[in-house]
Amino acid sequence: MEMPPLQWSIASDIREIDAIVAAVSEACVAAGFPTKVCRLNVPVALTEALANAIVRGNKSEVSRQVIVCAGIVDDTLCVEVTDEGAGFDLVAVRAMSDDPEWVNREDGRGVFLMHALMDRVETWCDHGHTVRLVLRRA
Amino acid sequence: MGFVIERKDELLTVAVDGQLVVGNRQEFKQLVLDEVEQGARRVLIDFTDTGYIDSSGLGALVSLGKRIREHGGELRLSGLNEDLRTLFELTRLDTLFRLYDARNDALIGF
Repeated sequence: MEMPPLQWSIASDIREIDAIVAAVSEACVAAGFPTKVCRLNVPVALTEALANAIVRGNKSEVSRQVIVCAGIVDDTLCVEVTDEGAGFDLVAVRAMSDDPEWVNREDGRGVFLMHALMDRVETWCDHGHTVRLVLRRA
Repeated sequence: MGFVIERKDELLTVAVDGQLVVGNRQEFKQLVLDEVEQGARRVLIDFTDTGYIDSSGLGALVSLGKRIREHGGELRLSGLNEDLRTLFELTRLDTLFRLYDARNDALIGF
């Protein structure tokens, strides 16, 4: 089952996150994704991507926009989150999880969780910074 | 979404209803810290009615655990379903916190 693409353009306000996460998770339910994926993988990974875009990318400046595009094609969910920031080094951020002290840190788990809960995470900079989350229906 | 608080002497129980995420983690953290400042030393966070937790919520728990220990207290977590346990295992936080299946289990000897 495919779904028509969902798109949002939101202000950089963390209160905008819940509605988008709920809509994408519901689309995954409708497309027959496994229950655990709809309750855990998708909401957590997407919350991380949106929070990163709003808080890190756009520095929570409400005048800055975050663009979200989500779609399910050929049993694969693809969500792109674009902010107006300069991005970050995905490899360096992921490497922090190798640090024995990582477990005691209060931050630094967002990118790790995106990778752990999605099949693929890609980032690039082109008129803003984009994170793409990809997850195949099991 | 919201938090249900019960306080009896040094024991504080907080039930998380809904999500513990970037949008409410500060409210949650401040709520617990205020109680710790007012003498709570045994803190139980119950996730029986919780959907999911993001990295901000996990970070808030790590922060609270440190603060409670600094005050000579202890933080326990209960009611984590299989999904939430997966999160704690992925992030190795199951090694940092004492996790209990049910609230009553966590209260034994607490």
